[in-house]
Amino acid sequence: MRIGIDVGGTNTDAVLMDGANLAGRAKVPTSGDVTSGIVAALQELLRQAPAHTLQAVMLGTTHFTNALLELKGLSPAATLRLALPANRLLPPFVDWPEPLREAAGGFAYMVRGGHEYDGREISALDVSEVRAAVRDMVKKGVEAVAVCGVFSAVNPAHEEAAAELIREEAPHLRVTLSRDIGRIGILERENAAALNACLAGTATRTIRGIRDAIQSLSLDAPLYLSQNDGTLMDAAYAARYPVFTIASGPTNSMRGASYLSGVQDGIVVDVGGTSTDVGALVRGFPREASVAVSIAGVRTNFRMPDVLSVALGGGSIVHTGPLSIGPQSAGYRLSEEARVFGGQTLTATDIAVASGRARVGDPALVSALDAGLVGDAVARIQEMVEDAVDQVKLSADPVPVVLVGGGSILVGEPVKGASEVLRPEHFDVANAIGAAIAQVSGQVERVLALEGVDRDKALADARTEAVSKAVGAGADPASVKLVEVEEVPLAYLPGNATLIRTKAVGDLAPWSA
Amino acid sequence: MWLADERAVESISIGAGILGCGGGSNPYIGQLRVRQLLKEHGPVTVLDAEELPDDARVMCIGGIGAPTVGIEKIRDYQSYNAFTALTGFLGSWPTALISNEIGGGNSVEPMITASLTGLPVVDGDGMGRAFPELQMKTYFVYGVPCYPLCVADEKGNSAIFSHAITPLWLERMARAVTVQMGCTACYALAPMTTEQVRTTAVLGTLTLARDLGEAVRGARSRGADPIPAILEVCPGKVLFQGKVIDVNRRTAGGFARGSVSIDGLAEFQGERMVLEYQNENLIARRDGEVVCTTPDLITVVDTDRGEPITTELQRYGFRVTVLGFPSPEHWTRPEGLAVVGPRAFGYDLDYDPIVL
Repeated sequence: MRIGIDVGGTNTDAVLMDGANLAGRAKVPTSGDVTSGIVAALQELLRQAPAHTLQAVMLGTTHFTNALLELKGLSPAATLRLALPANRLLPPFVDWPEPLREAAGGFAYMVRGGHEYDGREISALDVSEVRAAVRDMVKKGVEAVAVCGVFSAVNPAHEEAAAELIREEAPHLRVTLSRDIGRIGILERENAAALNACLAGTATRTIRGIRDAIQSLSLDAPLYLSQNDGTLMDAAYAARYPVFTIASGPTNSMRGASYLSGVQDGIVVDVGGTSTDVGALVRGFPREASVAVSIAGVRTNFRMPDVLSVALGGGSIVHTGPLSIGPQSAGYRLSEEARVFGGQTLTATDIAVASGRARVGDPALVSALDAGLVGDAVARIQEMVEDAVDQVKLSADPVPVVLVGGGSILVGEPVKGASEVLRPEHFDVANAIGAAIAQVSGQVERVLALEGVDRDKALADARTEAVSKAVGAGADPASVKLVEVEEVPLAYLPGNATLIRTKAVGDLAPWSA
Repeated sequence: MWLADERAVESISIGAGILGCGGGSNPYIGQLRVRQLLKEHGPVTVLDAEELPDDARVMCIGGIGAPTVGIEKIRDYQSYNAFTALTGFLGSWPTALISNEIGGGNSVEPMITASLTGLPVVDGDGMGRAFPELQMKTYFVYGVPCYPLCVADEKGNSAIFSHAITPLWLERMARAVTVQMGCTACYALAPMTTEQVRTTAVLGTLTLARDLGEAVRGARSRGADPIPAILEVCPGKVLFQGKVIDVNRRTAGGFARGSVSIDGLAEFQGERMVLEYQNENLIARRDGEVVCTTPDLITVVDTDRGEPITTELQRYGFRVTVLGFPSPEHWTRPEGLAVVGPRAFGYDLDYDPIVL
């Protein structure tokens, strides 16, 4: 059996999965400390069904995203860039919003080191400069360091050597290497590594708190966290790489939608209270974004699902004359403010009830609404959803559309561009189910000059490395499959320089205590 | 004369994206670099070519390398290094600097050196848009010698090419050195005379890029349609409006080549446009019929926000407007078309200028 938990901004959802069956489900309000909400959800689950032979507890959370947005509990962090004499005009943290930079420490250091695109050194790593920088960090009270070398995806030697020097000089500093975080694009990768560094303290505390809570309920199973690409990392790894959890919310609901509906390739529409997330499934996983993604105002380029967010939800406020829907929302006050619940605010939910699409609250309270208005609003809501689906589609061909989330009652059928519309059972806990069914992955990105190199061997090496990364992360070796092999030729470079990306995914290996 | 401050540089980067015709390097990092220097050294002076003294000497500054490397090993003082090495070699400083290419990140490259030397930048460039190679400059087409030219890296290395038998040979040699330097170099070209600048440069393009950027930003802040705002600043026409339905990419000979297919919306409903590109958009076909070709500018912008979209970022589902602008007059003469006309890029087509 497995327990999947999703800690959202409003609700903490939990499900108990017995093989492919849902053995229990709970929905409780999210607590400020995260942990007590989780405990309440787990207690509710255990009341419904005793969890025998529990294999794992899998958690998806937006907690670390909120820490960045609310500037709460961030560790004083430094960035050590290995690059000189290159890359000195734009220092680390250069394009950060000032309040976040201050809250995160924002100490920038640049030393000699780093590599060219073909792996040659820009300059040798300056050991004494690194040591001096680390001593200065300690003096300034830094607790976590992001280390970022130019082209560390091509040659990680300098980042690794710098990490070793930091361990020698100041073993208490938490170190994040940029090569473990993101892709080519130094400002974005360095930013992501620095975000990870400043989350170090809160990640350790929060994850320890959740582990203790699970143990206090006598649930003897390892804890995993879901990451942005829908796969798992164990709790110890997650405490080192909290930044990988940042987009796990929408990812889990898409993975859950795929699981519940059986759809591997299609579009998932997740309608919540305030917004609708629309994303494309490719072989059961969310498609990843190819462009810079901004987190708390900071540009990053790490693994993120490509999700289009539209300000449409069950709580969206409907204005008349002229008709408009959202972006304001009644949010969590929907059950008091909506007309069908006796409130004064006209919301998208009221429209859905008045049109007969949904049955919640008291339909009599909206029976007097003008039929023309209801018709127009229904059409507008449908248009907003269809428009989002159309923007997210990967081709013009009709594809299956899966509707999940509590607000999906707003959406009618047919949906333009859909080959079929699916509304799976348990659609309102799809995110927790997504966490519970998650697999384990390994990913590799390398730039290779293919001229003079055996292309097949280079690809085979990248495949092997992705597989061993997945196994290292806890995957059952027998189940590991390559899900992505991508070659991107780089323009203007000689020798057919090519970016190679590989990704392997497998089932979580059986756990023995 | 006007002063390029941080706001102007941000606006230029939007305008340079529009004039980049889907190519040119990403202007985001370029404007970030210049703004960093402006914070320290104050705004850069932009001079109209008419304001140059008759005996001025104007040095062309530009970047050379691979955009995919440039996002990892970011250019910083390379153009200043090239400037220093070349002026040392020549024994004198120029009066002013000028850009090689207004499209993309090269638009602001001379401002790095200008900021560090206090020299002004001339309002113009050698393309009036973006093209992929060194020899594709109006300067060279109309008789400015392409040498001596200095290429410099970030480490302190520089190489001076004392002579090249053609600009194409210069491109080959400079490209080879750039690769060894790690693919993010800059170059400086022996100064042009005032007369040469006035007759061979595409003039007024920094002002045009700034005004385009301001128009887009103004429309956004008013919540207005950015397309008419763009066309008001830079006369051109809407070639097509629709949704991207297919992007076909391949790399050949170091160029990103491919095509983008767009299905029409609104007044273009039921029609299809196919754009063929080699780094930049070169040919636009509407329902199979050629409606715009290089050297006329073919630019794709986001229909709602007016944000220019480069060919590498194109993808299914984008709502786009394809704009066509007349080429700078320099390219439309036979000498110009021989270098950047459709046939120069391997298309069996004659240049047929767009009619506004």
